[in-house]
Amino acid sequence: MKKLIQSICAAALLAGVAATEAGTITAKGSDTLVILAQKWAEVYMARNPDTTIQVTGGGSGTGFAALQNKTTDLANASRQIKAKEKIACIKAFRKAPTEYKVALDGLSVYINAANGVEALTLAQLDGIFTGKITDWSQVGGKAGRITVYSRENSSGTYEFFKKNVLKGKDFFARAQTMPGTAAVLQAVGKDPSGIGYGGAAYGAGAKAILVKKDADSPAVAPTEENVISGNYPIWRYLYVYVNPALDKGELGDYLKWIRSSEGQKIVKNVGYYPLPKTLQLSSR
Amino acid sequence: MSYTNAAFVTQPSGNNRSARWAGILRGKKRRPLEWLAEKGIFLVSLSAILMVFLIFLFVGREALPIFLGRMDSSVAIKVIQPDQMASLSREELQAYLELSDDEFAGMDEETLTLMMEVKLEEAAEAPEDKDASVNTTEWKYLLQPHQWTGYDKPEHIWQPVSEIHKYNIIPLLIGSLKATLVALLFAVPLSLAAAIYVSQLASPRVKEWLKPAIEMLAGIPSVVLGFFALLVMATVLQKVFGYDSRLNAFVAGVALGLAIVPVVFSIAEDALTSVPRSYTQAALALGSSKWQAAWRIVLPAALPGVFAAVVLGFGRAIGETMIVLMASGNASIVSWDLFESARTITATIAAELAETVFGDHHYRMLFMLGTLLFAVTFVSNLAADLIIHRLKKQLEGRT
Amino acid sequence: MTDPSRAPERFRSRGFDAASFFFSGVTGIATAIILGILAIILLNITWHGWDGISLRFIVSGTDQDMFDVNKAGVLPMIVGTSARVILMTIFVIPVGVITAIHLTEYANPVSIHTRIIRGAVNNLAGVPSIVFGLFGLGFFIGFVGGEMDALFYPDSDEPVWGKPAILWASMTLAVMTLPVVIVATEESLKAIAPGLREASLALGATKLQTVAKVVLPQALPGILTGGILSISRAAGEVAPILFTGAAYYMSGYPTRPTDQFMDLGYHVFILSTQSPNIEQTRPILYATVLVLLLLTFTLNIVAVLVRAKMRRGMRQSH
Repeated sequence: MKKLIQSICAAALLAGVAATEAGTITAKGSDTLVILAQKWAEVYMARNPDTTIQVTGGGSGTGFAALQNKTTDLANASRQIKAKEKIACIKAFRKAPTEYKVALDGLSVYINAANGVEALTLAQLDGIFTGKITDWSQVGGKAGRITVYSRENSSGTYEFFKKNVLKGKDFFARAQTMPGTAAVLQAVGKDPSGIGYGGAAYGAGAKAILVKKDADSPAVAPTEENVISGNYPIWRYLYVYVNPALDKGELGDYLKWIRSSEGQKIVKNVGYYPLPKTLQLSSR
Repeated sequence: MSYTNAAFVTQPSGNNRSARWAGILRGKKRRPLEWLAEKGIFLVSLSAILMVFLIFLFVGREALPIFLGRMDSSVAIKVIQPDQMASLSREELQAYLELSDDEFAGMDEETLTLMMEVKLEEAAEAPEDKDASVNTTEWKYLLQPHQWTGYDKPEHIWQPVSEIHKYNIIPLLIGSLKATLVALLFAVPLSLAAAIYVSQLASPRVKEWLKPAIEMLAGIPSVVLGFFALLVMATVLQKVFGYDSRLNAFVAGVALGLAIVPVVFSIAEDALTSVPRSYTQAALALGSSKWQAAWRIVLPAALPGVFAAVVLGFGRAIGETMIVLMASGNASIVSWDLFESARTITATIAAELAETVFGDHHYRMLFMLGTLLFAVTFVSNLAADLIIHRLKKQLEGRT
Repeated sequence: MTDPSRAPERFRSRGFDAASFFFSGVTGIATAIILGILAIILLNITWHGWDGISLRFIVSGTDQDMFDVNKAGVLPMIVGTSARVILMTIFVIPVGVITAIHLTEYANPVSIHTRIIRGAVNNLAGVPSIVFGLFGLGFFIGFVGGEMDALFYPDSDEPVWGKPAILWASMTLAVMTLPVVIVATEESLKAIAPGLREASLALGATKLQTVAKVVLPQALPGILTGGILSISRAAGEVAPILFTGAAYYMSGYPTRPTDQFMDLGYHVFILSTQSPNIEQTRPILYATVLVLLLLTFTLNIVAVLVRAKMRRGMRQSH
């Protein structure tokens, strides 16, 4: 019995030592991107059977941390890298990471389907999510306390919203933080007084509102046209970051494929929007 | 962890040639293999102690700089232009770029220039805020309220991912305590009553299937309980009680209570069963009912064991992660209202650790919280252990 | 001898005691409530999850679409969970059994080091699961993995051992479930009649031979119970594997100790919080939960049955 255990351990150790890491691409990071990244991986692996791609979520911050810790090849991100993170990457691999824009996203604001409010201005969103506006009657709805749902702070969506809509101010302390867009949608769908934000998603009981830049602008819906043209005020790029030294061979091909028209076709199926043609690469 | 087996343990005699264990010297022959095997087995058995020690060491090690006050999370930096790099001495450059000796030695000219340029970006991103040069990892910011920019009054705020990193741990402590309190209030009366029923009032045939049936609750993984709380219990409880926040400390607490029922039940039941039957029989012979015997005689006798069960339940509840991560709403507020969303220590660690960089202040703060949590459960486990040990000695004394 | 506590209550010569009746009823109701809640949870999950389960669900991978109810499969998660749990038993059973043997057969029950070992075992049982996750990250991945990388791959750019992997997740779980194995093994060792050991020694066997050839085989059912209980416990835990190796999506299966793995519990967590279309994913979610529940419950029931049979066997041999 003991001999059996010993031999198993030895074999396992040898197998691990003898194995090389060639052929596996790891992508880690944004939960907004994780489904898209998985779809890309599936389609690419179907065409290139010798490549293996592994995808994990955890939030944009996770991806950057893993990039610095060198435990991932690609960092998926729904926000741009911060200078501090760039410095840490330089410390880790002597170069700044290469940034690739890979898709467009319109950040939606969700409320319960039974809520009468149709559109809100950016200023009103700022007030609601920082806690200065606390009642629906202040923004044109039926009187009632506003329940705010936000994301965990590892999320790039969280940071993007904070920077662009809240202009850097803190979120309302009473905002409930949910671990993913689905959780936000689920919560808002079940809570008549809820409001939340997230990437493109669908959920029974919740609807996306139209956003106005200010009180006089037209209310704009987060559709493909509006996001690509920039009319919808809360739009953003989705990024993939990589260590420049690794950006060649299999990995380089994969990155090129993602940004080609083939890869961009898949983007729509997941609910995001493809890059404008000027940024796309022609497929090989 | 049943101590009913106390009866099986016989005391060894002082002489190592007792009939029970003849030790290493069998006859007159010394056996080195035996001695080696015994020492080897002893060493392996120290692994449990080693593990506890290692947990303390490695979790505490990451948190040490915070405890010693050596981390600095201020965001204001003095800016040096890249073209002035040549005028700096090596030490000044290394200090400005915050590099360790190894890192600095491995950098070439090009990389250093690149870092200087990115430092400019970092300075540009730093907010113009009265608190920009404050070291927010100091203990006074961790515990006391502070008026940050944009707030009307001094508050306890936990928002680590922000221009100014805010690390006050009071909302997290209160969140953990709230959820644990609800869990104990829900689980302890329920489990205790069930334990009294199963051990004293039920007939032996019923007992045979009832005890394992209740302990089946322990076979439900906590992620399943969290899922159930998120999807089903939150809606049901909101309809029944009619409060505002669908996910709050109350829902999480009830689900937590379900998770600790098996723990409290089985230890309390063990404690009640190991009270000698002669007590119950004497009471019944004097004319009491089963309930009176249980309530007035057996329960007081088993009180230390029951108390230990509650303490262990507390330890388990405060350390539970998945249920509170999914069902408590995770809002870090300072409020004793049970129907408000709450953020616990465990959910904070689980949700935020993945996005931290090895070694930076957020990472160390989370390890500090982990150390705190471990210390609390260590102390409560130790307490429960001592109580059970004393109870065992009392029983052996009387038997 | 008649046991007065066995006599039915109604034959007692005593008036009707309302308080006793009431309080006995309350405790009975409490028991019923607990069983009722257990039943509700199981029924709810089975009711919603049963339609989602099919042979295809269990044996296919996630090649098509993890969120499409007609195409999703959980085979990679089942394989991942099973692999990490089996790898864990390789570490936990030897260490746990040897520790239990020491505590029961060799150690002096009243000495201070025995008390410390017992205390450490009990303490290990109460450590929060997230602290184990931190420990796995800090010790196994950071320290052990880092040292191994420095030894075997000093020139490599990327960490080979020093990153989340199934090996480290299994070892973390082994530390976590050590107390379960130790307690179960100790229980079965203590239940063996002392006469058996004495007979063996009287016939001239050494202590080591007695333990190895006489005591251990008798204790096998208990060791088995401990192993099954530890598997059941570890299969359901998610917090310790969050940072030590669980992956959201992988194409293949973990074949090397440095691979990451997919996991049933982690998948339940991800589906509950991450899926883009909640209504569409709900059946998959329930089905996955049902599979996980079936796994842990079956293991638990098997362990209980083995333990019950063992106890009955022991009672007969006394």
